[in-house]
Amino acid sequence: MELITLRSIEKTYQMGDIAVPVLKGISLAIRQGELVALTGSSGSGKSTLMNILGCLDRPTAGEYWLDGQEISQLSTDERALLRNRKLGFVFQSFNLLARTSAIENVAMPLTYAAEDLSEREARERAAEMLIRVGLADRLDHHPSQLSGGQQQRVAIARALINRPPVLFADEPTGNLDSKTSEEVLQMFERLNTEDKITIIMVTHDPKVAGHANRVIRMDDGIILDDAVPTSATGGKA
Amino acid sequence: MRVYATARTAFRALRRNPMRAMLTTLGIVIGVGAVIAMMEIGAGSSTALKKTIASMGANVLVIRPGTASSGGVSFGAGSTTTLTPEDSQAILRECPAISNATPMVRARVQVVYGNRNWVPNAIYGATPAYLDVQDWTILAQGEPFSDRDVLNGNRVCLVGQTIVRELFEGESPVGKEIRIKNIAFRVIGVLTPKGANMMGFDQDDVILAPWTTIKYRVTGASASTSNQSASSTSSDSVNTLSNLYPTAQRSLYPERSAVQQANTPMPIRFANIDQIMAAAINSGEIPMAIEQVAAVLRERHRLRAGEPDDFNIRDMAELTRTLSTTTKLMTNLLLAVAMISLVVGGVGIMNIMLVSVTERTREIGLRMAVGARGKDILRQFLVEAVVLCLTGGAMGIVLGHGGSLLVQLLLKWPVETSLTAIAAAVLVSAGVGIIFGFYPAWKASRLDPIEALRYE
Repeated sequence: MELITLRSIEKTYQMGDIAVPVLKGISLAIRQGELVALTGSSGSGKSTLMNILGCLDRPTAGEYWLDGQEISQLSTDERALLRNRKLGFVFQSFNLLARTSAIENVAMPLTYAAEDLSEREARERAAEMLIRVGLADRLDHHPSQLSGGQQQRVAIARALINRPPVLFADEPTGNLDSKTSEEVLQMFERLNTEDKITIIMVTHDPKVAGHANRVIRMDDGIILDDAVPTSATGGKA
Repeated sequence: MRVYATARTAFRALRRNPMRAMLTTLGIVIGVGAVIAMMEIGAGSSTALKKTIASMGANVLVIRPGTASSGGVSFGAGSTTTLTPEDSQAILRECPAISNATPMVRARVQVVYGNRNWVPNAIYGATPAYLDVQDWTILAQGEPFSDRDVLNGNRVCLVGQTIVRELFEGESPVGKEIRIKNIAFRVIGVLTPKGANMMGFDQDDVILAPWTTIKYRVTGASASTSNQSASSTSSDSVNTLSNLYPTAQRSLYPERSAVQQANTPMPIRFANIDQIMAAAINSGEIPMAIEQVAAVLRERHRLRAGEPDDFNIRDMAELTRTLSTTTKLMTNLLLAVAMISLVVGGVGIMNIMLVSVTERTREIGLRMAVGARGKDILRQFLVEAVVLCLTGGAMGIVLGHGGSLLVQLLLKWPVETSLTAIAAAVLVSAGVGIIFGFYPAWKASRLDPIEALRYE
C-alpha cells in the first residue's frame, strides 16, 4: 500500500520580481514500511521537498496524497493537526527544550494532540517511549545533562509519541560523531523493521544513505536516481 | 487539562529564566504596589479630610423664617416670625436624616466685665445641642450649660477665645460674672478656638447662652445685627441687675381690659426664634434632610399645597461642593498615577515578551512542527504574559499593603484597607498582561515554522 504519493509537485519561490523554481515536477510513491534516504547536493531542492512532504509548506502545483488524503491544499491549522497526528520530526540540532526534562520534552506534542490525555497518562506514555529508545534511566535529565546521541534519541521518542506512520529525519546524524551516528541509524532500522514505521531521512552522507533500503537522489529540482543501493544489506562495511 | 497544561507550560518557560522573569515583573510589582498603597493612604486621608470639612459645618442646615413684604417692599430673609422652639424639637423628632437641632436667637449688645467692655460679633442663645451641631463639644475650660439651664432661663454663658482676650486679658473667665446689656451672667465655660469661618467671620468672638435667657432677658425681640444696646437702654428705665425682663418694651397702646381682650384677642402666636440650626447625619444625606425638614415645617405651619414656604432652609452648599470636589480630585489623581505606573509596567512586559519570542523562535518552530496551531502559540505566550502580570500583581498587593501599614505605623497617617483596590489591581494586572502580551504573542503565532526552525 502506498502511503505517500506525489504527482508532479512543483515549488516556486518568488524573489521579488523573479520566480525561482526549486522543485520542477516531482512524482514519487513511498510505500508503508520503507526506509528512504533523500540525498543530493545543497541547492538540489531536497530540503524543500522535505518541507512539502512534512506538511510544513505547500506546493505551488501538483498533488500530494498522504494516507489516502489529498493534502496539498489544506489550511495552516489543518496541516498543523495533520503533522501532530501523522508525522514525526527529527532534526539535525535535536531542538530539545532547554532546562526541561527528557520526559517533558517527549510529552510536549501531546499538549497539541486532539485526544485529551491526563497529566499522568501523558507522562506514562512519554516514559514508555523513552524506554523504547533506551533511555529508561534518563527520564528526568535535562538536555544539557545528556550526550548528543542521547539527545537525539529523546528527539526520536518525541517524534514517535503520537504514534505517527511516518517519521521525517533532517540530517539526523549531522551533529553526531560516527559512533553515536551508528547507534541512531540502528535505531531507525529497528523502528523500521519492528514497528513498520516509514522513515524518510534527508542526508548528504553516503554512509547514512547506505542504511536505507531506498535512496532517492535529487539534483536541481528533479529526481535524478531512485534505487535500492548496492550496499543496502551491508551498510556497515 | 488544556488550560492547566498551558499554564504549566507558561510557568515552566518562566522558570527557565527566573531572574529575567523577576526583573520583568518588577514594573508591575511597583505599579500595583504603588496603586494599592496610594489607594489605601488616599482613602484614609480622604476620610480624615471629610471629617475635617464636616467639622467646619458642612452638615449644618440653617432654617430661617421666611420673608415679609408690604406693598411690594420685601424685608429680606428672616423678617417674619414663623419659627418656634417646638419646630426645632419636631425636626429633631421627625426627621431621620437629622442628627441634632437647636433653636437659636441672636443678639448683638454690649458686654461688660470690670472696667472693660466689648461688643461681640454674636451672642447666641441656643440649647446645648448647638455645640454638637457645630462639632464644638470639646471645651477649653469649664463645662457647657444644660437643658435645665435652658428651661429655667439661667444666666450662664460660654465665651469664645476672643472674648477671653478682650474682656479678661487672658485670665481664666470661668466663674466670673459678666454683664450682657446690664444683665449679669456667670461664665461657666470657655470654647475652644475655631478661627474665622469661610466668610472671614471671627467664630471665636461669640458668647453662648441658653436661648430662653437671651430671648426673654436680653433682647425680648427678634434680633437685628446692629448694636441693640444703644437704642433700648432708655434713660428713664430703672437699672436693676436682677430685673427679670429688663428690656420689655413699654406698651404702645393703653392696657386692655379683660373684656377687650376677650372680644378682640391680640394675635400673639408663640415664642418665636430667629433660626433653627440642624445637623444632617452626614453630608450625603443633606438633600434628604432638607426635604424632611421642609415637610415637617409645612405640616406644622399648616401650609396648603399651593402656598409658598414661610421659611428658608440653607445648607453649606459651598462646603459640601468643596468636599465632593476634593474627594473626586483625590481619586482622579490617584487613578492617573496608577494608570501611568501600570502602563510603564506593561511596556516592560511587552519588551521582555518580544525578546522572549525572538529568543525562542526555534522553540516556536518546533512546537509548530509537532502540531501546534497559531492559536496554540498565541495562547501560550498570552498566558505567559498574564502569569507574569498576575504574579507581579500579587507581589504588588503584598508590597503595597505592607507599605501602607508601615506608613500607618511609622507616620501615623490614617489608612483604610480597600478591597476594591485589591480586586481592581488583580483585574488591571491581568488586563495589562493581555493587552501588552498580545502583540508579542500574535507575532509568535504568525511565524513560519520552516523559517523558525532554521533561525539561529
